[in-house]
This record gives sequence, C-alpha cells and structure tokens, in this order.
Amino acid sequence: MQYLSPNTVEDAVQLLASRTGECRVLAGGTDLLVRLRSGMTEPDSVLDIKRIDELRRITREDGGWRIGAAVPGAEMSENADLVSDWPGVVEAVGLIGSTQIQGRATMAGNLCNASPAADSVPALVAADAVARVAGPDGVRDVAVFDVPDGPGKTSLGRDEFITSIFLPARPARSGDAYLRFIPRTEMDIAVVGCAVSLTLDAAGTCTAARVALGAVGPKVIAVKEAADILTGSIIDAATLDRVAQACSAAANPIDDKRGTADYRKHVAGVLARRATAIAKTRAGGAA
Amino acid sequence: MALDSKSDGEKLNFKVIGTRPLRPDGIDKVTGRARFGADMSAPGMLVGLVLRSPHAHARIKSIDTSAAEALTGVHAVVTRADFGAVENEATADVLDNCMAGDKALYDGHAVAAVAATSGKIAKQALKLIEIDYEPLPHVTDVDAAMQPDAPSLHDGRANETVPEGMSPNVMARHEFGHGDIEAGLAQADRVLERTYRTEATHQGYIEPHACLASMGPDGQADLWCCTQGHYMVRNTCAEILGIEQGQLRVTASEIGGGFGGKTTVFLEPVALKLAQKSGRPVKMVMSRAEVLRATGPTASSSIDVRIGMTKDGRITAGFAELRYQGGAYPGSPVDMGSMSAFAPYDLENVKTVGWDVVTNRPKQAAYRAPGAPMAAFAVESAIDELAKGFGLDPLEVRLKNAAREGTRASYGPTYPAIGLEATLRKAKDHPHWSAPLGPNQGRGVACGFWFNFGGDTCVSLNITPDGTVTLSEGNPDIGGSRASMSMMAAEELGIPYDKVRTVIADTGSLGQNEVTDGSRVTFAVGLATIEAARAAKREMCKRAAMVWGIDEEAVVWEDGAAKPAGPNAGDHEPMSLAEIAAIASNTGGPIAGHFEVNAEGAGVSFATHMVDTEVDPDTGAVKILRYTVFQDAGKAVHPSYVEGQFQGGAVQGIGWALNEEYIYGEDGILQNPGFLDYRIPVASDLPMIDTVILEIPNPGHPYGVRGVGETSIVPPLAAVANAVSEAAGVRMTALPMSPPRVLAAIQSENG
Repeated sequence: MQYLSPNTVEDAVQLLASRTGECRVLAGGTDLLVRLRSGMTEPDSVLDIKRIDELRRITREDGGWRIGAAVPGAEMSENADLVSDWPGVVEAVGLIGSTQIQGRATMAGNLCNASPAADSVPALVAADAVARVAGPDGVRDVAVFDVPDGPGKTSLGRDEFITSIFLPARPARSGDAYLRFIPRTEMDIAVVGCAVSLTLDAAGTCTAARVALGAVGPKVIAVKEAADILTGSIIDAATLDRVAQACSAAANPIDDKRGTADYRKHVAGVLARRATAIAKTRAGGAA
Repeated sequence: MALDSKSDGEKLNFKVIGTRPLRPDGIDKVTGRARFGADMSAPGMLVGLVLRSPHAHARIKSIDTSAAEALTGVHAVVTRADFGAVENEATADVLDNCMAGDKALYDGHAVAAVAATSGKIAKQALKLIEIDYEPLPHVTDVDAAMQPDAPSLHDGRANETVPEGMSPNVMARHEFGHGDIEAGLAQADRVLERTYRTEATHQGYIEPHACLASMGPDGQADLWCCTQGHYMVRNTCAEILGIEQGQLRVTASEIGGGFGGKTTVFLEPVALKLAQKSGRPVKMVMSRAEVLRATGPTASSSIDVRIGMTKDGRITAGFAELRYQGGAYPGSPVDMGSMSAFAPYDLENVKTVGWDVVTNRPKQAAYRAPGAPMAAFAVESAIDELAKGFGLDPLEVRLKNAAREGTRASYGPTYPAIGLEATLRKAKDHPHWSAPLGPNQGRGVACGFWFNFGGDTCVSLNITPDGTVTLSEGNPDIGGSRASMSMMAAEELGIPYDKVRTVIADTGSLGQNEVTDGSRVTFAVGLATIEAARAAKREMCKRAAMVWGIDEEAVVWEDGAAKPAGPNAGDHEPMSLAEIAAIASNTGGPIAGHFEVNAEGAGVSFATHMVDTEVDPDTGAVKILRYTVFQDAGKAVHPSYVEGQFQGGAVQGIGWALNEEYIYGEDGILQNPGFLDYRIPVASDLPMIDTVILEIPNPGHPYGVRGVGETSIVPPLAAVANAVSEAAGVRMTALPMSPPRVLAAIQSENG
C-alpha cells in the first residue's frame, strides 16, 4: 500500500486521477484507519490531504464560513465566532467520538464516510451547507444533502474529493440545534439524530426553517413537512406537536440491534420537538 | 516460643491492615511496563490464528487443510483430529469448546487453527481451509431450548436428575429448600407470581485472551498466558495434550481483568498443539470479536417466582423455578442461582428448582458470583413489589425477614455470624435513604448474597539476607492481592509494607493453587500468608534463642524483632528481622516460611444496594443519579481496593440491568460482537458509586477477612429494576431495561 501526501489541491487531483487500483482519501482517519486495521478495506494507496494548507483553515466568506476538509472537530469547537453563528453544526461535529478523536476527526470525513447515522450530516443539511468538490474537471459545489447516496456510498466521482464545506451567512435571529439519541452518554452511534435550523422575525414568528433526520433511513432525510409547519408559526406547543408528528411520519427506519423501527420513529418526533425548542431559544425566541 | 501477643479477631490493634498504601502494580500499569498476555514474545515465534464457525449449528462433514499447509510460511495447521480422546467429561467439553469435533455448536466455535510466520500469512491460510458444513437447526433461547421438539445439541447427555420426556437440551435438575410451600402460601395475605428474564452478559474484561506457547522435542513445555489460574491452565492443558503436569510450566502474565471469565482455557491447548506440531513458539491473541463470540458470557435466564407475604411484611413461603442456558455444554450456574436465590432470608418454607439447559451459544464461563445476580433479580423484584403493594418500607420488610446468626439457610447450612442485618440498618440510617426525589425519579433497594470460597492454597515467604521479604503466591492478582498479601505479611512480621514484595510465582515454584475465583484470594491466600509469616517468625525466634543461648520458648516476636519473653529469659537487646537475616547463614541457613492448606471457613457475605434513577418518559432512557453500596467485608485489608470491588460490582450490575445483552439474529449469529453495540457503561453514564464498608469479622480468618469480590454484583440488577419500576410507574421484569423496552412498557401501561 502506498501513502501519498500532496501539498496542493492540484497535486492531489492529479495523483487521484493517475492512480490505478483503489485509492482512499485520508483526512482525520478516524474511520479509515479502523477499516484498514480490521481488514475491511485493503486499498492500493491512501491519499492524505492534511498537508494541504488551505484545507486546514476555517475562513470567513460572504458572511458565512468555509471549513477546510482537513479541519478537526476540536478546532471548530474552539472557534467562538463559528460556534456563535452555527452552534448546532458545531455541537453535532463535537459529538463525533471522544476527546482524542475530536483532535483528528473532520466534518468532511464524517460526510464522506456516508454512514446513515453520521452526526454532523443532519446539522449540515439543516444548515443548507454546500460542499466544494475538486476533481479532474475543476471545482464544483454540491449541496451536502446530495453527497451521501446510501450506506457507505457517496455521489462523488472516482477521482473527486471534498476540499471544504461552506456554511452560509446567518440572518439576524437565527438558531440551530442538533440532538441525537444514544443508549449511553458517550462512545456510541446515533439511534436517531435530528437537526433544526430556523430564523425568527422581530415578533418571534418563524420566517425560515430546515429540519433533518439522521439514522432513520439509508441516508439523511430533509423533512420539508416539518419545515413548512414551522415557517409562519410562532412555534408554540401545538406547533411542536405537529413538527414531532411530521418527523415521526417522515422517518423511515429499520429494525436492528440498535433499536426497533417503531422506537426510532417515535424518538425522531421527540428529538424534533426538543431540538426545535433549543433552536428557537438560540434564535432569541421566548422559551 | 509464645506468639499470643496478638489474639485473633476484632480485638487486633492493626498497624498496616486498614491503611491505604500505594498499589505495587500502579507504576508498571500506567507506564506500559507491565507485561500482559500479548506482550510476551520468543525467538522464532509464529503467529497463531483460529478459524471459526459461521454457523450456529452445523455438522462438520469434512475439513481440507492441504492448501493452507502448502502455503509458504505456514508451519502448522491443527484440527480436532490432532487431539486425542479425553476421558474426564468436563475436560472433554473444554477441549470440544477449544476445537470443535463432529459439530460446530455455535457461531464462532473454533474449527481449525494455523501457525505461520506472519499474521498476514496466517490470515491467508485460514481462507484456504475448506470445510464442508451441513447446517443444522439451532436454538439460542432457554425456554425454546426446553421445548420437547427443540433442535438437540447432544443426545443422551442429561443426567439422572432429569425426568423422562424432557427436551434433550435439559442437562440437569437441582432442588434446594425446606418446609411446605403450599402451606406457607396459604398463610399469606398476597401471593405474587411473576416470570423474570435476563440476557447473557459478558465479563467485559479489557484484555483479550492471549498466550505464548513453546514445546521442545523432549516434551518440556512453557506457556505464558493471561489467566485467573495458571495451575488450572497447566492441569487442563496437560490432560488435553496427554502430557505430564510437571513437564508444563505455566507463567501468568499481568492480567487486564477477568471477573471469572479467565477461569478456563480457550487458546492455550491449541497454542501448545501448534507449538508441538511446528516445533516453534506460537503466540495467539484474540480479537474483541473473538472474545465476544467464543469466550464465556454468563448464562441467560428465565425464572418463575411465587412468594407469599402477610400484610405486615412477613414472607410465608418462597418458591422459584430457574432456567439457565449456559451455552453449548452442561454446567450453567443454575445450581448456585438456586442456592443463593433466597439465601438472605430466614424462611420457614422455601424451595428452588433449577434447570441446566444447553443452547447454540458459546460455553458460559464464570462471571462474578456466577448464577446469583439473576436469581436475586427475580426474588428481590418480587419482594419489592409485594412490600410496596402493602405500602410497607422495603428495607423494613427485608429486616423483618433477614437471615441472622443461627438461621437455617435456604440451601442447607446454618449461618454463623453474618452481616446482612447490619447492612440493612446502615442503609436505613444513611442520608441517601431519606433524600428527596424529583419527578420521574425512583429509588430502589435490593440485597445480595455470595458463598465465598477457600480451596487449595500454597505460599512461600522468604527472608532475604538484607532483611527484606519476598512472598510468592500462586494466584494472579485481579483485585489487589499483591498489595493485600504484602500488607498481611508486614502486619504479621511487624515490618513496614514496603519491605515486602509479593510476586505471582509460576507453576514450577509452588504447589497446587486453586484459581483466583470465589472471592477466595484475600481470605485463603491471606490466611496462608499469615501462617507462612508465623512460621518464619518461629524460625527467627529460634535463631535469636540460639544466639542468646536461651530456650526457644523464652523468645517472643514483637514489633518486628525477637525479644526475651521476660526477666527470667535474661537481659538481651531485641534482634530485628534484618539483624537475624544478616547472620542467618551462620545460624542454620536461609530463613523461610511456607504454608499449604485446603482453606475452609471462607465466611459468607451479604450486601444491600440503594440506587436512584430517573427515566425519560419520552425516550425510555434511564439515568443513574445516585448509588450507595453497603457491604460486609469482615475486615477491609486495603479499604481502597475493597471500595473498588464494591464499585466495580455495582457498575457491572448496572450495565447488566440497563444495556448489556447478547443479541442473536434469526440465523443464530451474534449481532453485536464489539464494544460499540455490546454496551458496557462508560464513565459518563455513572455517578460516583458511594460505599459503606461494614466489618463483621469472619471467625474463619485470623484477621476476620471475608472475600468481597463477588457479592457486589448480586444486588444491582434488582436494585436498579426496583428504582426504574418506581420512576417509570410500571414494573420491569426483563433485563436489560434498554430504552426501547422501557418506553414500550410505559406506553403499554398508559394504554
């Protein structure tokens, strides 16, 4: 197995395009190394993107934020301005693994691993985040929602990789939140995840909302029905009940060792209600 | 000489016992210097790997190892055909579990093994072994396995206690008790009948099984392994391989947890066979998946209870029928479950019936008080429900029925001085019992019992020429025994703790030692250590008498020195241990003390646990808010270790109660062979576990010590279930109380 560590995006693209056999992109490595060690994957080469400076930066752009694909979760959590704009996205990233894992794991890696239970993905979808993808034909932007295709599969081409993820500018009175349910308090994978991002007007009426669910389908689910219920509402108890029902209805889980389908549908609603309330409070709405 | 300056029992005025010196293995463990099972290596060593059955139950029609043997770098391939017959039935089962015979009996059952120059080649070789399986119907549930038409694992192995017409999977029936159940129940104001179920849980030790085996062409063999008992490893492997015990020297490595699961062998006979066949040392290390698929979890259980109680809280009769599946071989701990179920109570009418059942699961291994936690879960839940139904204080009800000195135990013997009542009174007086609870919160209590064992023990204590002391024991240290043995030796010799170093000797250095189990070590090895120290003191008094030219009887041992017994013995300056050691060569040679015993009088142990939980009514998630353990230690030699044992048992019990379980698919394949989905509690799931040590001296030990390692896992299943039932407003009768189960119970209660 060959280890490659280019210094520029251009070199990385060229290396990817010129490889024969399987090449896996390595960012934090917290998923890939586990797979390598357990023999689940035996690639011919590994391309490490951590030596590419621009992929290691968090930068302001058009009032929003561009997060390099090699930025570890811990750096996001320590960026106070980013946390202030997107607390839900950062708390979702912060849930990935232990403190040690946070020093390595990246948001882009979490996305490309394409686990239906990935914590950061519902939060990114609720945030309407956009991934920048580099490839032989140059750079393209793609909605985060469109990156995962199903368990372990992405829509990226063979020679493509994500260089950064863009979080758009926040209007005033906006808030987001992510909650997941796990049987333990740590060291676990979401049985259900739910992210909500919303904006209020001065009177406290919701003017825009996005709701996303994780771990209750083959890929992240954007719950438009829940967003429609929120938009135009004052987010009272009745609204929360309707949001919960919409999310339970939209969830499409399976029975497995981590929970029954019925349980997951129910908890999707519970988390939607709770995450919406948190997002509303963060947007400055009355509790 | 006179050694009665200290009398036995609670009157002792201890100097070392009861203090908290630094643990002797601490620095090695935090710096990585400690050598665990996988840390051993030898020149020319090969890597051994095991091929495991992908079927829950299958006939092995043929095995073709020729392609694997032909692979460059492969030095040996082993199947059952390489092992001879073993006469003893229990050992034959151990062999069959280490390497399947005609049938693979569970998912993960070993069917072949290879030794190669690298792990990569060994892995490749496993893929080249061709096995023709004929899959057979399987059964993994205990109640399903007892149906007369259930798939049969072994025909004709049921023992004479099993009535005719039962499923061939029922291996044995056990019965204990006295009195007349029906007459007792007739006196009750209420009779509660319930069925309780628990899932199989794994001991969850962090260190996977590992060993390094070497055997010369002359038959002399060495084995290094992580185990709770290297004498057991020696004896079992010698029997399986047909070699003499004296030719096999086994050295126990440092051990990363055992909890009972390392009281048998899995890899060791295979590694020795590969070493014998290849002529090279062979190292084998299990992966976590192998540990979970193929080493012992404990039994799962299904238990019917009938208890009668008067409205003032007196239990008039107690009956339990216990069904435990212990995996693919006979020997589930249902006998001990049946004996311990009602052991905390003084009952006129009590009876338990236990059924030992086999299923297509890995052979169960001991797990901390084997069999008792499930039985206590059933009985303590039922008592709690009855007490609360009458509006009675559950601690008062237990006090009213508590076994005391002189009580005839449900399993036969009459108790000497025991500590159950003391733990209950301490619990009632504790601030935890009267602390307020919030909404969705509940408090539970439960009692637990464990027998505690003694057994074969042999220690050797040597005085070095510079006056320090080395103590050799034959029991791997899984709970602080090196510290506590050093403390008992220091106490007895009257020297500082840091003048004694205790080591775990190999099987060539001491006589037979029973495995580290049954909470026996601090009791039995401690007793032997004290006696060995006394033997050394007698010898040192004799040497001093020789120097002084007086009678041996005129010398006493006090504060680490030999002294004249009184004015008539003459005026001699005391001779310290170091002074006597320095001239030992001139007074008769080296000084040592040793002791060999089959120790009896271990002293039963009781505990009461108290726990507060909060249930999220929307998700069924349970949070442990507060936990207090009250347990009798007899005498706490090193209180920090005792507290650690109390806390560890409580935490393992919490895991068993809330989230740990073996999950089998319809295909009989284990779905969760990893620590991600086999959910042991993590630190953030738990509050500080508070401990209250009670000291009711055990008359069977010179310092009053009782074993403390196991009792602490007996009450928590029931204590947590009682607390969750109160918090959720619905009685939980099946473990684990995972969030989906708790939510389903709440929803069905609320219609």
